[in-house]
Amino acid sequence: MSLMEAIRSAYSSLMANKSRSILTMLGVIIGVASVLIVVAIGEGLKTDTINRIRGMGANLLTIRPGGGDEGWRASRPGRLTEEDVKALQEQARHISAVAPVVQTNGNAKYRNLSHTTGVVGATTVWPKVMAFEMAYGRFLTTSEERARSRVAVLGQEVVNELFYGRPLIGEFIRINGVPFEVIGILSEKGGGFGDPDDQIVIPITTARQRLVGDADLRNIYVSAATEEEVPEAIESIKQVLRRAHRVNEFTEDFRIRDQSEMLATMTETTSQITMFVSGIALVSLIVGGVGIMNIMLVSVTERTREIGIRKAVGARRNDILAQFLIESVMLSLIGGVIGLSLGWIGSEMLGDTLGWATIVPSWAIAVSLLFSGAVGIFFGFYPAQKAAALDPIECLRYE
Amino acid sequence: MALIQISDLHKTYHMGDVEVNALCGVSFAIEAGEHMAIMGPSGSGKSTLMNLLGCLDTPTSGAYLLDGEDVSRLDGDRLAAVRNRQIGFVFQQFNLLSKESAVQNVELPLIYAGVPDRRERAMAALERVGLADRAHHRPRELSGGQQQRVAIARALVNSPSIVMADEPTGNLDTKTGLEILQVFDELNDEGITLVMVTHDPRVAERCKRVMRLVDGEVVSDVFNHQEAAVGDLI
Repeated sequence: MSLMEAIRSAYSSLMANKSRSILTMLGVIIGVASVLIVVAIGEGLKTDTINRIRGMGANLLTIRPGGGDEGWRASRPGRLTEEDVKALQEQARHISAVAPVVQTNGNAKYRNLSHTTGVVGATTVWPKVMAFEMAYGRFLTTSEERARSRVAVLGQEVVNELFYGRPLIGEFIRINGVPFEVIGILSEKGGGFGDPDDQIVIPITTARQRLVGDADLRNIYVSAATEEEVPEAIESIKQVLRRAHRVNEFTEDFRIRDQSEMLATMTETTSQITMFVSGIALVSLIVGGVGIMNIMLVSVTERTREIGIRKAVGARRNDILAQFLIESVMLSLIGGVIGLSLGWIGSEMLGDTLGWATIVPSWAIAVSLLFSGAVGIFFGFYPAQKAAALDPIECLRYE
Repeated sequence: MALIQISDLHKTYHMGDVEVNALCGVSFAIEAGEHMAIMGPSGSGKSTLMNLLGCLDTPTSGAYLLDGEDVSRLDGDRLAAVRNRQIGFVFQQFNLLSKESAVQNVELPLIYAGVPDRRERAMAALERVGLADRAHHRPRELSGGQQQRVAIARALVNSPSIVMADEPTGNLDTKTGLEILQVFDELNDEGITLVMVTHDPRVAERCKRVMRLVDGEVVSDVFNHQEAAVGDLI
């Protein structure tokens, strides 16, 4: 029996029981769709994170207080102070700018609208170090910093929330009750979590006076002179800070991350989450396979007489085996294709609500199809084997 | 050499602890072109004999030469190939695939034989039984007599050495039954070897040879209504 003939016959027998076939496929459809959606969200998040980190510029170095651990949390407490900034500005080599930052959460109000967001106290070099452009107006000036002026630069998301997206330069907003004049708006970088567009930047001196007191610095951002000089810059910063903090390389109480490290940590984290959740989704694909096996067993019993007829006119074991196996593989593959389309549509729709574009990678399509085919073979084999082993005389007698 | 040569055929079934001897040393020969009926009461072993002759089953002991080939010890796949090439079946229940059209049913043996021009051959077989105009109807759209004609076309399509019919008129009314028997007569006239299992004397009457089984043994074997000793045939 030729393959084409077998496929045609499998197709017509599936079509003869349309609603049953679709119900049987449902498990595979849901399984494939959910795997695809999870992967698409994960991949989208990963790409978004990468772009965001890249957007900050490849020469950006982040100094965080506390040391001793490779991960995000520090096992040794530490502090970063204005003295450190001064020391870096004076002594560190291979760097072009140092941008200390204090940060707190604040409630911003404009007329009857309010929005809670991150308030960053920064110096004049901040946009250059963090690779931000101005969309409207201007950034903070040195004299404003010195005078502790109540001026603010808004991220695009804050503008959307307070001004309905209008660039209202010169308006006054209140941050935790303190009035600030809006002098500029940052150009948009694109969302995700830790949204860089959802923040307000004010002079670091003003932030100390009005919002955070004499709290430590949250971070010190440093621009390496060039991308190639990043390793030398890190080394130089380490030496300066060790001297300033009186620590050695084993008791360091600060951590320096460059963008490639940041990238690696973030992508690793999202990949792990994606793998874990798609593993759970995969279980439903296996449950779908059990459904296929169940229906194929029913089908073998129902079609005992047909099997007898086919054997009587000359069907060999493998002919019957192939016939039922092709049916179950077809069930799971068609289910897989439907699941793929639904998953694709679903992830596109989700992408719109999540705020980052979901990405369906081609390997996920290939893996879904392969996996659903494999489910069909694996769970179809036992019923097909059972059909092939039936005795023709018994089958012909079967009522 | 005879088309079918059977010697000392035994078939024993095990039903739990009980042994049932369905056939106890049956021997006979069938020449090409014969028209033979196998008769006997139920439990006489005629169905067992039919299954063995049709290569659906293998004997417990004894030899079965079909067209010179010993088929009594073949495995399932080899038997399937022999059935496909050499044997056509016509059943009491017609046994057509209900979801396939008449011509698709007739094509079935050709599919397993891997024959390329099967549509033409299937149509020719349907024409031979006078059903070419019903080729694309499903079995349930056909009368009982028409369904049995489709079954006969399917039995003929692979040009088998022998056609086996198991109570071919058992599910038909008398008139339609006679028409089907007429078809068989014509096929035999064209040289096709026929073996029919029946307990209808009117069916047996039209056959040139009638063999009777009782309790798994041949009790009579008659040519042209003349009694002949069983031993003479071998």
